[in-house]
Amino acid sequence: MASGGPSFLLLSMVPTILLLCIDFACCNTGRRTSDGLDTDFTGFSVPLEHSFEVDDVSQFRVRGALQLRGGRETSVSLSQNQLSEEDRSTLKEVAAVDGLYRIRVPRVSLSADRQSDRPMDGFLTAFVRACSLVESHLSDVITLHTDVSGFLIGVSIVTIPGACRGTEVEDEVDLEAFNTTLNVIAPTNAPQPETALFIERMDMENEKRGKPQEQKSFFAKYWMYIVPLVLFLMMSGAQDQSGGGAGGGGANGGR
Amino acid sequence: MGHCISMKPSAKMAKLVPLLAVFFYLVCVSEAVFEDQVGKFDWRRQYVGKVLFASFDSPSQSSKKLFVATDKNIFASLNSRTGDLFWRHVDKMGPEGAVDTLLVNAQDALMVIGDGRLLRSWDTNVGGLNWEVVLDTGSFQAACFVGIQDTVKHVAVLKKTAISLHYLSNGHQKWVENLPDSDTVKYQAVYSGGGEEVFVLGMVPHSHLTITVYSLEDGEIIRQRSVEAPWLSSVESSCVVVGRGVLMCVDNYTQALYTLAIQAEDSPQFRQVLLQSLDLEVSQDFQPVLVSTQPHPARSPLPEFFLQLGPDHHILLQLSEDGSTIAPLRDFQPAFLVSFATTGEKTVAAVMAPKNTTACAVNLFSADSGRRLLDTTVIFPLDANGGKPQKLYVHAFLKKDDSVGYRVLVQTEDHALTFIQQPGRVVWTREEALADVVTMEMVDLPLTGTQAELEGEFGKKADGLLPMVMKRLSSQVILLQAWMAHLWKLFYEARKPRSQIKNEVTIETLSRDEFNLQKMMVMVTASGKLFGIDSKSGTILWKHYLENVQPNAAFKLIVQRTTAHFPHPPQCTLLIKDKDTGLATLHVFNPIFGRKSQISLPALPRPILQSLLLPVIDQDYAKCLLLVDDQYKVTAFPSTKNVMQQLQEMASSIFFYLVDSEQGTLSGFRLRKDLSSELIWEVVLPTEVQKIVAVKGKRPSEHVHSQGRVMGDRSVLYKYLNPNLLAVVTESTDTHPERAFVGMFLVDGVTGRIIHEAVQRKARGPIHFVHSENWVVYEYWNTKSRRNEFSVLELFEGTELYNSTVFSSLDRPHLPQVLQQSYIFPSPITTMEATLTEKGITSRHLLVGLPSGAILSLPKMFLDPRRPEVVNEHSREENLIPYAPEMPIRTEWFINYNQTISRLKGIYTAPSGLESTCLVVAYGLDIYQTRVYPSKQFDVLKDDYDYVLISSVLFALFFATMISKRLAEVKLLNRAWR
Repeated sequence: MASGGPSFLLLSMVPTILLLCIDFACCNTGRRTSDGLDTDFTGFSVPLEHSFEVDDVSQFRVRGALQLRGGRETSVSLSQNQLSEEDRSTLKEVAAVDGLYRIRVPRVSLSADRQSDRPMDGFLTAFVRACSLVESHLSDVITLHTDVSGFLIGVSIVTIPGACRGTEVEDEVDLEAFNTTLNVIAPTNAPQPETALFIERMDMENEKRGKPQEQKSFFAKYWMYIVPLVLFLMMSGAQDQSGGGAGGGGANGGR
Repeated sequence: MGHCISMKPSAKMAKLVPLLAVFFYLVCVSEAVFEDQVGKFDWRRQYVGKVLFASFDSPSQSSKKLFVATDKNIFASLNSRTGDLFWRHVDKMGPEGAVDTLLVNAQDALMVIGDGRLLRSWDTNVGGLNWEVVLDTGSFQAACFVGIQDTVKHVAVLKKTAISLHYLSNGHQKWVENLPDSDTVKYQAVYSGGGEEVFVLGMVPHSHLTITVYSLEDGEIIRQRSVEAPWLSSVESSCVVVGRGVLMCVDNYTQALYTLAIQAEDSPQFRQVLLQSLDLEVSQDFQPVLVSTQPHPARSPLPEFFLQLGPDHHILLQLSEDGSTIAPLRDFQPAFLVSFATTGEKTVAAVMAPKNTTACAVNLFSADSGRRLLDTTVIFPLDANGGKPQKLYVHAFLKKDDSVGYRVLVQTEDHALTFIQQPGRVVWTREEALADVVTMEMVDLPLTGTQAELEGEFGKKADGLLPMVMKRLSSQVILLQAWMAHLWKLFYEARKPRSQIKNEVTIETLSRDEFNLQKMMVMVTASGKLFGIDSKSGTILWKHYLENVQPNAAFKLIVQRTTAHFPHPPQCTLLIKDKDTGLATLHVFNPIFGRKSQISLPALPRPILQSLLLPVIDQDYAKCLLLVDDQYKVTAFPSTKNVMQQLQEMASSIFFYLVDSEQGTLSGFRLRKDLSSELIWEVVLPTEVQKIVAVKGKRPSEHVHSQGRVMGDRSVLYKYLNPNLLAVVTESTDTHPERAFVGMFLVDGVTGRIIHEAVQRKARGPIHFVHSENWVVYEYWNTKSRRNEFSVLELFEGTELYNSTVFSSLDRPHLPQVLQQSYIFPSPITTMEATLTEKGITSRHLLVGLPSGAILSLPKMFLDPRRPEVVNEHSREENLIPYAPEMPIRTEWFINYNQTISRLKGIYTAPSGLESTCLVVAYGLDIYQTRVYPSKQFDVLKDDYDYVLISSVLFALFFATMISKRLAEVKLLNRAWR
């Protein structure tokens, strides 16, 4: 922990909603069991158990302890023991018959306010082929999945590399300690239709295209034609009127 | 309709041409059908559902109309000559639109709907709504016409606490009265015999009967009587009104008939007539039933009535004029069904009796005497693959010689309607079970005899050189024979005028066409009847009714062996599971002929949780079906030695998953060698937060042609193609619009690893989703914006493949990249499916069923999370459509133009032999079949393809090259000499 430290990526500042939150806990090497854990009052620990039997009847034993710290910044760290001589040989035997290596964690809630609720019974289990665990020299990635309210819903284990090629692992030292990467994955928020950005883009495009012509009134548009016409009409009308008046006057005079 | 003027391709002229055509057709953008293509590749059948009420139009020989009201809340008129629909009114689904009763009088058809919510009057001529009134609240009990002096002007509706009278002309309420003591008395019947009074019959079970008489004029209570009846438990089921206002009841316990004159002024009493005194006896455990008839609502019922004493025992009785004595007229045993019919002044009784094992006979009897009418026998053929007759509707009419003629409509248990004319001609049959299709599959048709012969040669076991040669020779001879026969047929038919050549599809002439466009649709209906339908014409080729199927059973149809393994017949298995007990039964049949296979079925004593079809095949090429029971023990079917051996070898690589939505658990199991299984992973979604709504894997028959997508910069983005991926959809238990959410989990079905986990905030169901290739498309209701939205998830491995040769869930350590985008969809949807083609080269479309009955073919291109918000060079290179938040609905995308499908429930897609073509069947109340071409018909030449031009150009070019080559040679030679 001292070397890596809990580096977390928190994408949201909304306090009540737990958004994407991936914590990379320290890669625990098992040799440093004492200094890895900062004592935290809100944290609690649950056992991580594993089982590998030649006859494939699961018998879970404690592999290590998961230190969970709930709250807004969920963090998890794992402290685990070395594999004993006996375990190592069993694991190799299981690998030889293509057996399974299983892990399980109890169902708990990571969020602090839920811990007081009744503890849920049952476990979450996952497995990996024992041979791939042996061939990867106990390098595994354990991922804890939580739901929106912080309940643990699933656990998964994969080894890197994941394949079983049948290579012999001679060196017993390689099978002593786990080289574990631990992740906690909370659900991501699925995107909503992106309307705001689209409208913005449309506006930008419109702007780029140049300002649309302002809607001028009919008169403002065609004043240069209307004014001469009106003037012309007025002039001719005035002439007519004066002509007509003169004619009328003449007629009156004639009566 | 489109930009191409002359693109009218048809399969007849279809020719496969290579890539050149692809480019040629990609230029054209046209989706819709041309006017002359309507009905060429598609067909629609319309159904109404199980008939509850049926009524004939006027009692004349020429009348053609038949009115039915069904359990699907439909009121329809059928053409009794052809069985086609004249018109159909589809009401709301569920109890809100349920038809309580149908009363027909001359031109008016009255319906009470939704447990007494509405009263409607329809014009029977054109099917228009005359009027509709909203009734007062209260559950519906009974209704009847009220008429005086031979004219019917009112209708009375009896509810639990009130009775109302409405005018027939406009529906206005004449009066409404509360019923006295309605909290203790159960009112169950209303009767009017043509007088000024309306009788309401109520009762207190096992105590007394009450008669309340209302004045027709103002609804005043004229009198109230209470009659002791300690034996009476229900008026509705055991009493009828007979003759001049005599209530006739039958009681099983006391084995007696009871009569009561309800019009009597003084305090009346029930009069008991023991059945024994009439020499009658009720069959054991049978509730006797009375049937009476009231030919005209403004007159009193006839004094004759039927009494059913056993499942096949009826007796016609007559009440004497003064109502004092009952006399048996005729005993009918055996007789399944009886029915009265009236024409003019004559009332007849039709009786259906068994004739032999394959037919029933219907005979007419004069109602007033019980005498049999001559020449009135109608034979009703009993279908071995159908149900028993259930109801008989008789349409009687007077012939020109004043004798009574009739036609009958028989409803059978399998919801089929058969209309029969004298002397026994089946005029038409409607398979109304098809109004409720539950699941379906499309099966390839078998090869033609000649093709099959060739195939069979290779299918048979080889046994030496000489027999092989003989076999080859014999099959060649058969081929020659078939060819000769074909030529002869062509020659023979060429002489006949075209109109005489019938292209009727029968089960014998079925064979696969060149491009496998014609398939057998195997449809499973909720009633338990199976159908085999020709996909090209919609003809029902076979049907099979499964008796003893519970009404709430769940069905799963599995194709265990396709048609490809000649001489082994194709084999389908239907898993029928009782939803209450979980116990399952198997029905194994040949999907081409519908015949039940004679295969020993495994015993399934325990409830079945899961079924899975393995790619493991036995020596007869049948895929192995695994059934997991509630103790996680596995039963294999077929369970031959060969299969068991293979299973034991593969056991450690057979994984299956179970979903328990009540507990919210998803659990994975691995098969052990002894066919038990072990739990290997478990994912628990707490039910306090969310509940699992649906889980979908991918279709096993799906092919994906391209492993990745080429991006603008020429690098490849590889798809994450996990065949074991499950899409798990959840909905939040909190339904508050602000806090509701929809969860989408992608879980590996083998390892239980959660590949992706996303929540759609402020959303709720119903969720419709499609999971295919490397994408999931889902549709939900946005509670905040109050609109429907689509969201698409695509999974990519990145620019490098982890292991390009094989995919293993156990060895894929890196999580895929997940891209997601959402869109607004301007309509709610009812169902969704993706197109499917043979090789997966053709681009995909989503077929979206809209509530309007239209099916929208939406290009998947529009649902692509890589649609850029800002267009750049790369996205243009990749042909990505710029992001727009709203998804368009273009009317030319409707694949069913004006052939809307009522109450669309599901869409089924199947590939055809042509890569460009996908067969689509949409089912709901109607069934619609069509073809879609998501990337246009790039492998088909159009109808008016100019062969002459193209070949003449080719030849011209060829000769031109020859000549120019020759000239060039001569020139070269000359130059060399120079």
